[in-house]
Amino acid sequence: MTQSYLDLRAATKARDRSLREKVMTLEEAVGLVNDGDSVAIGGCTASRTPMALIWALIRARKSDLSISRSITSTEGDLLFASGVSRHILTSWFSQGIVWGISKVMRAYTESHRARFEEWSHMSIGLRYRAGAMGIPFIPMRAMLGSDVAGQLDNIKEIDCPFTGEKVLLIPALNPNVALIHVPRCDAFGNAQIDGLQFMDIDMAMAANRVILTTERIISNDQIRRAPDQTKIPFIAVDAVVEVPYGSAPHECYGIYEPMFEHMDAYAALTAKDPEAGVAEYLERHYYGPNCWSDYLDLLGIGELLDASRRGRSIYND
Amino acid sequence: MTEQMSYTASELLAVMSGRLLEDGQTVFAGVGIPLLAVTLAQRLHGPGLTILFEGGTLGPFVVAGELPPSTNEQRCTRRANMLLSITDVLLLLQRGYVDVGFMGGAQIDRYGNLNSSFIGDPKNPAIRLPGTGGGNDISSLTQMIVSMKHEKRRFVDKVDFITSPGFLGGGSTRADSGLVSGGMYRVVTDLAILNFDDETREMKVFALHPGVTAEQVHDNTGFDIRIDDDVETTEPPTKAELDVLRHLDPEQLYIA
Repeated sequence: MTQSYLDLRAATKARDRSLREKVMTLEEAVGLVNDGDSVAIGGCTASRTPMALIWALIRARKSDLSISRSITSTEGDLLFASGVSRHILTSWFSQGIVWGISKVMRAYTESHRARFEEWSHMSIGLRYRAGAMGIPFIPMRAMLGSDVAGQLDNIKEIDCPFTGEKVLLIPALNPNVALIHVPRCDAFGNAQIDGLQFMDIDMAMAANRVILTTERIISNDQIRRAPDQTKIPFIAVDAVVEVPYGSAPHECYGIYEPMFEHMDAYAALTAKDPEAGVAEYLERHYYGPNCWSDYLDLLGIGELLDASRRGRSIYND
Repeated sequence: MTEQMSYTASELLAVMSGRLLEDGQTVFAGVGIPLLAVTLAQRLHGPGLTILFEGGTLGPFVVAGELPPSTNEQRCTRRANMLLSITDVLLLLQRGYVDVGFMGGAQIDRYGNLNSSFIGDPKNPAIRLPGTGGGNDISSLTQMIVSMKHEKRRFVDKVDFITSPGFLGGGSTRADSGLVSGGMYRVVTDLAILNFDDETREMKVFALHPGVTAEQVHDNTGFDIRIDDDVETTEPPTKAELDVLRHLDPEQLYIA
């Protein structure tokens, strides 16, 4: 997965980084993802997951994607079960604590059909940060002495050349593609992010290509009126897709909370027979619908409105 | 006279853990019992407690009845002082800003090492657990309080996999491995509060909860655990504590 520094710079130099419109459809955007790519997924757990892009990747029958994400929720189940990925690098993997351990993750990893490569949460963040900084590795003080470190073969314990202290060196992570969902961006890809940023900014700056989905496209004039609010700059972005409810059934800060009824139903469906349950879910919600709006129809207007009411209520404080 | 209250095991865990927190501390809290306990402490005796959540929240005030499903949703951010990236909130641990890390545990051993990764042989596990999340970072870099149910299968001589380091092999092995700060401070269970010997770093009983006998602790612990004859007994949860907990979690997501 590691790219040489010169390759990384050459790939960046080759991108069209001009101030240009890059709005396209979901289907066109996932055309920028190649089979075998390393793909970083923005957001965390059930928050700002770029679900519409994952939906489109699965429908496009991509294969052998090597995924990384800070914490992996239901999208990990779906990437394994659809055959799109057999390798997810993450720090925690299950729908969420209230739903218990993911039976789908267990089924695929315990049978060795897919790999859950476990790193500490901070180490994943620092790997993206090193990638964004254009340096080959970064030292850290966690993970030393644990079996989490013991299982990894691309880390190195050293004595600090200045102080003599033990530190752990971890390699930069420069994904081929980053998929990120934001509340607002312009047609050039200048993105504003409300609330929790997770690892999205480092991830975007580390990646070779960045695909944004956005709840809505705003004008470049609005961006220029508040440039301090731009969290990801257009020079790092290759595609923009406007997708309302693009994280559903997960949440998008200040716009909608998670769709708990749907997530409870998913947990129940996959609890009995994980593989049959997830296959049924993929058929009904992923392969069946003609378009994203049809997918949202299946979630139901009642659930979308309830999640929206809860989502916006955060601004009442 | 104190009124005798009935309470669930989870309520007992939250109350006993919350009492260990001191006003003015900065506490890195996981979801579930830790979140309830730190919020309880903040409401009752520690208005100056600062909560950190892994999703990137500094100094929030959790709203009753709207407990977050993980530490990474917008519900965690209510009335926060600052939102920052996951990497930056975790780096506060490494920089030394955090007094206490507070989380739940699936399996713990006599030296306080925690396993949340694999049950059985890690190469061919009976159960693949969800993993470390920030648990490894927190327990590597600060003083820890762990709250968990006291069961023989959870309190084992040696964990199958060290996800979050306690005192590793005991003695000075934690510091020798490069983890020069932090370590296990207390483990709170539904039977007792446990701490660790200053020299050997072995777990021992610090206090028994009301009505709990030494035999019960021995019977539910998978290794020989030291219980001194003059071991203290904790005070039972008060009505005020239970009222706050039940107000925070009316749907009984975590206190059932």
